[in-house]
Amino acid sequence: MLAYVLRRLLYGVVTVLGVLLFLFILFFSVASPDNMARRAVGEKASPKVIENWKKEHGYDRPLWPWQDPKSNLLFDHFRKALTFEFGKSDADSAPIVERLKAGAGPSLTLTVPLFVLGVLIGVPLSLFVAFFRNTYIDRMGLVLCVVAMSVSILLYIVGAQFLIGKLLKWFPISGFDRSIAVIARFVAMPIVVGLAAELGAEIRLYRTVFVEETSRDYVRTARAKGCGEARVMGRHVLRNALIPVLTNVVIQIPFLFTGALLLESFFGIPGLGSVTVDAIQGNDFSTLRTMVYIGALLFVVAQILTDVSYALVDPRVRLE
Amino acid sequence: MPPLLTVSDLTTTFPSDGRRVPVVDHVSFTIERGEVFALVGESGCGKSMSALSLLRLVPKPGRIDAGSIVLEGRDVLALSVNEMRAVRGFDIAMIFQEPMTSLNPVVPCGAQVVEAIRLHEKVTKAAARERTVALFKRVGIPDPEQRFDAYPHQLSGGLKQRVMIAMALSTHPKLLIADEPTTALDVTIQAQILELLRDLRRDLGMTIILITHDLGVVSELADRVAVMYAGRIVETGRTRDVIDAPLHPYTRGLVRSIPARAPRGVRLHEIAGVVPPPTEWPDGCRFANRCPAVLAYCAERVPPVETRERDHQVWCHAVTAGLLP
Repeated sequence: MLAYVLRRLLYGVVTVLGVLLFLFILFFSVASPDNMARRAVGEKASPKVIENWKKEHGYDRPLWPWQDPKSNLLFDHFRKALTFEFGKSDADSAPIVERLKAGAGPSLTLTVPLFVLGVLIGVPLSLFVAFFRNTYIDRMGLVLCVVAMSVSILLYIVGAQFLIGKLLKWFPISGFDRSIAVIARFVAMPIVVGLAAELGAEIRLYRTVFVEETSRDYVRTARAKGCGEARVMGRHVLRNALIPVLTNVVIQIPFLFTGALLLESFFGIPGLGSVTVDAIQGNDFSTLRTMVYIGALLFVVAQILTDVSYALVDPRVRLE
Repeated sequence: MPPLLTVSDLTTTFPSDGRRVPVVDHVSFTIERGEVFALVGESGCGKSMSALSLLRLVPKPGRIDAGSIVLEGRDVLALSVNEMRAVRGFDIAMIFQEPMTSLNPVVPCGAQVVEAIRLHEKVTKAAARERTVALFKRVGIPDPEQRFDAYPHQLSGGLKQRVMIAMALSTHPKLLIADEPTTALDVTIQAQILELLRDLRRDLGMTIILITHDLGVVSELADRVAVMYAGRIVETGRTRDVIDAPLHPYTRGLVRSIPARAPRGVRLHEIAGVVPPPTEWPDGCRFANRCPAVLAYCAERVPPVETRERDHQVWCHAVTAGLLP
């Protein structure tokens, strides 16, 4: 087990290095420091202003080691990323770490309840429709799911803001407040919208898994030895279906930290999703690079977690 | 003493093109205590569906449409869902053709047998465990203590089938249904499992319904046999009578295709054609389109029963008309 995890970690490191190289090519080679500077200070800026901007933000050195083996941007990029030295924002020179710290809290207050409620509602509901498979309850559920997942999240957002926020005035249309007393008022609507947008697809996926399991031979054996339907579903089917369900759940966990781009920016929540959106809009290249890098890092972690959780719930999986 | 099980006119249907097609069609038989009764026939002839009907486990959208199943004076088809649950595994236990997939892959083998015991009897986990280990020993599983905690994928097919048998025996059922218990196993393992069934029958006086397509197995194990073809029983009687002196052309064909009984160097007999799908079964005798002794009216009229000595029954126009010896 330990050897397996170590080997997976090693693969992860290789993947992360690849991502970093890719990032460098995108951010430094495809879009050169000159391009960045022009985006930041304006197309018509004089060469001197551009040189100054590059110098201020540390882009004034050569890109590749063969141009200058001692001081080049490629080595810098790798060294800083691997030591988690994220540096300063290209937009306002604030330390990026501070921005991450400030954004993590609001993001997590939105994404963690969204994730937990998604699992707590999605799994029992899909078990429920699977229990009534091929009846009108199941078919109606499926139609609802397809409708729910076909509607764009933008429509949910605007619709909820109009209906719940403007007409019914149950919750503020958007905004955020860090004090515990009122925080729920601000995240309630985005959570409901997020659930509406994701539950359809999730229930459909889990239902398929459950229904597939109910046609297995061991289910017939369980019935033949006298298990009731509830026990068949709750003990035999659920335990086997848990394997694919769990992988789908575990892989979501790391992304709780990257926040929800659309929900945060539409509901004015200053989370990490907003940090990313602001960075894109504000020509803040260093912050954007950092967010992409963190996303890739979390993705690699998610993959390893998924593989390990597989081994934990399925006795047939042997890790070598 | 009345028979243990009486099945009369059992009819199980599946929907097809807006009508219900019988895959088990007016099947009747009785089973005496302590006997091994074999249901024989080709794939798709309704043997397994007959067995699943006895447990009321016909997969949807199939259902039992008519007939009666009486177990020790109780009408099984009239039982409530909860009463039926108490019958399954306790009065009637079943083992299946596919030991590879019939055990729950994420539950240790022993726990699956313990569950079967504790579903029907109020015993402690420890007591159930002790009984399970004893059962494992009884069905010939080596190192029963270790095997108790093994997952199904850690056991061979033969051992898995032994676990299935242990599970079926765990509550001392009145009737054991063995649905092709050896079909999926290697030949040497097949012999061991058959040997085990024979021992259990001898030592415990088990009543067994053996479902198989292998007449060799039938002649070794069964006291009586019913030959099924396309959802109907075409011939039934004592094993000796049916196998040594088959009457129905279908049974004759089956007997002639037993490898052990054929002379060396002679090509084995085969019955031409295959069992047609249930939607294409003829109205009269279902074997009419494959029968070497077919008469003009066979496909239209359902053959009547013809009873010979020692309850040897056959449903065949040609036999009734005296055209077949």
